[in-house]
Amino acid sequence: MALSLMEGNEAIARGAVAAGCRFFAGYPITPATTILNHMLAMLPPLGGVCIQGEDEIASIGFCLGASMAGMKVMTATSGPGISLYSEQISFAIGGEIPIVIVDIQRLGPSTGSATRGADGDVQFLQWGNSGGMPVIVLAPADVEDCFKLTVQAFNLAELYRCPVFIASNKEIAMTRVSVDPDRLKAETVIDRAAPEPGREFLPFQTNSGEQVPAFLPIGGGTLVRQTSSTHGPDGYLTTDPAEITRQLARMQAKITNAEDRLAIVEHDSVGAADTLVVTYGVTSRAALAAARGLRASGTPVSLLVLKTLWPVPETAIRQAALSARRVLVVEMNRGQYVREVERILPGKTVQFCGQMDGRLIAPDTIREAVLHG
Amino acid sequence: MVSLLNAARPPVFCPGCSHERITQTLDKTFHAMNLDGNRIVMVSDIGCSGLFDTFFNTHALHGLHGRALTYAAGLKLARPELTVVVTMGDGGQGIGGAHLLAACRRNLDMTLLVLNNFNFGMTGGQYSATTPPDAEVGSGFLNRLERPLDVCSVARAAGAAYVVRCSTYRSDIADVIRKAVEFKGFSVVDIWGICPGRFSKRNRLTTKGIEEMLSRLTPFEGEVAENQRRKFGTHYRELAAAQKPVPPPPAVIAQFDPVSAERQEVILLGSAGQRIITAGEMLCLAGLHAGLNATQKNDYDITVLRGPSISEMILSPQAIDYTGISQPSVVIALGPEGVARRKKMFAGLDETCTVIQAVGVDIPACRARIHRVDLKGQGFKGTDWALASLGVLAQLGLVMRPQMLEAAIAARLKGDSQAGALEVVRKVKPGESI
Repeated sequence: MALSLMEGNEAIARGAVAAGCRFFAGYPITPATTILNHMLAMLPPLGGVCIQGEDEIASIGFCLGASMAGMKVMTATSGPGISLYSEQISFAIGGEIPIVIVDIQRLGPSTGSATRGADGDVQFLQWGNSGGMPVIVLAPADVEDCFKLTVQAFNLAELYRCPVFIASNKEIAMTRVSVDPDRLKAETVIDRAAPEPGREFLPFQTNSGEQVPAFLPIGGGTLVRQTSSTHGPDGYLTTDPAEITRQLARMQAKITNAEDRLAIVEHDSVGAADTLVVTYGVTSRAALAAARGLRASGTPVSLLVLKTLWPVPETAIRQAALSARRVLVVEMNRGQYVREVERILPGKTVQFCGQMDGRLIAPDTIREAVLHG
Repeated sequence: MVSLLNAARPPVFCPGCSHERITQTLDKTFHAMNLDGNRIVMVSDIGCSGLFDTFFNTHALHGLHGRALTYAAGLKLARPELTVVVTMGDGGQGIGGAHLLAACRRNLDMTLLVLNNFNFGMTGGQYSATTPPDAEVGSGFLNRLERPLDVCSVARAAGAAYVVRCSTYRSDIADVIRKAVEFKGFSVVDIWGICPGRFSKRNRLTTKGIEEMLSRLTPFEGEVAENQRRKFGTHYRELAAAQKPVPPPPAVIAQFDPVSAERQEVILLGSAGQRIITAGEMLCLAGLHAGLNATQKNDYDITVLRGPSISEMILSPQAIDYTGISQPSVVIALGPEGVARRKKMFAGLDETCTVIQAVGVDIPACRARIHRVDLKGQGFKGTDWALASLGVLAQLGLVMRPQMLEAAIAARLKGDSQAGALEVVRKVKPGESI
């Protein structure tokens, strides 16, 4: 078997191109910059466009324009840039504009530490939009995930007409690892659905029983409207409470109703385990090492690795927690996702093991929390 | 050809609003240009100018305050054949100032109409970037403190190829807008007008008054001679077409047996500029040549040529989960900054660990085996120390063998740099154990 040495950011860029992304815009920021570098190398020779915006607001704005023109688009930044994206993220949600947004998380708050990792944005990504609508957030654990989940992110953005986040971390993004390049292939590539021919087209109209409007690009033969304002199916302003409710309920339902379909988890279950460790991102690798060591020394422990963070894979978490006496949530922050686990497991002992100081959580730390937490 | 005005959605501006006149004018412009609605996209933002997209039977994108130029750029890059017209007020121009500057510098083929009525009409007549200091507006005394922005002078300074400053009430306004839209490049039209709902309620402003104000300023009537140049889009596509495709990731096939069947962890502690990260990659590639899995995790400050530079490598026949290092097999101490950053680590090292210490670099006391190499005395430049230390490792048979390292160098470097690197790792003398 041949192996390549690759960092997570390169895998994201290669995954994007494999998924059909042909437009990227970004603004330099450590630790996301190398995605911009890779996209700049890859897209122009393919006839695509890669642009460095004057700031983050412009970068995501370019992407929204290009997406409405029919292209598959991506942007990448870190926490400070996500803050600047926020208003445009709300637009992408409300305007149902497909876009993949990569957040290479670094130690916050604020500008924090550019070259230190953390998973401190996982609630921010979900709730950083005005209106509080649901979003999709995928969290890679390693370089192979970076490729595969990026392909998946594009497919979901196209299917559900929404922003999809990749919540990576400096520790995955800029750590090179050996990978088998043959495993980095896009198995399925999905494109946004065009309306059935012959029907009148309205930009936010759905067929009965469907929750995602068909898409036509700005610039095609049929006139298309896009708006950040509260709108009806025709894309014009509406103040009708019933219409507003219909549109927002649909927008919410298209994500929340798809929870089971969107849930990507890896459940490594041991029958006799007293403790279920729930974790995500780079920390899941330390948790795997800890679980292996614990099992070898006679302490069975189960592991649930979440690759979909939002919508919360509630069914999968409940199912995995059924036989456990306690659930230990391990994350590289000061206690964020544990709130979701507590919310969906009332009555269950839910404990938190976290660290946000620029270092990876070590397997020994998790082992200690399992044994003596 | 029929009007592109949307009969179902007539303009809703206050009676006497200059925006209504521009709406009618723009329709005449499109008509004169013989453009179908589906060849045009109207891009707007927030405020009264943000209503424009609803009045026309064209493609439309209405977005956030001051960000219209960002969507327009994406649309134009994706669909170069579209006629892109952006409407913004003086409010949007102010909040989106960075985008105006960048659009002028970029020179995409599109048109910005700044519907400049000197205040925020929609939110209560607050002052904007263009409000005169002597005006009475909804911001108390604040506008008296700031100087109004000369949009056109700024646009010219930023590189706009086509700039017009004019009154809404100019008799040839349709012709002015048509020429701006037809111009091949970024055109800015700063159109002054009256906001009857807010501004002229408290300030005497007439069409004649606007003419007088304009006559006191530098005129802008179209092409800016010194800013004529190629359009961004065609230039981009030309340069892009000359770029070479990126090959698939290079893959290494195992050729050698590994030194050890155990997980081995190596830390390079150095200083910025010592090519620590490149050496770390080389060590990983050496591992790949022996069929090992590898990881490389780096630690450095944001400064490029100063401060610590640390690279942590793991080579293992098993899959590598955790990428942190707890029990290094080898520590290579090449620079005081890197050693200082990890000084706490040394107390935990035991005799299973080898420290390769460059002469001149102090390390804290520890129980590890110390192997000292005088890289400076052997005549190596600081930029070659990290690579030379790999040569030492290979010669000692620690972690890798010389043929693994040489294969890595051959895979990573070409030509003179490959020959130079091979010379370094072959020439270095392994030093002595203490």
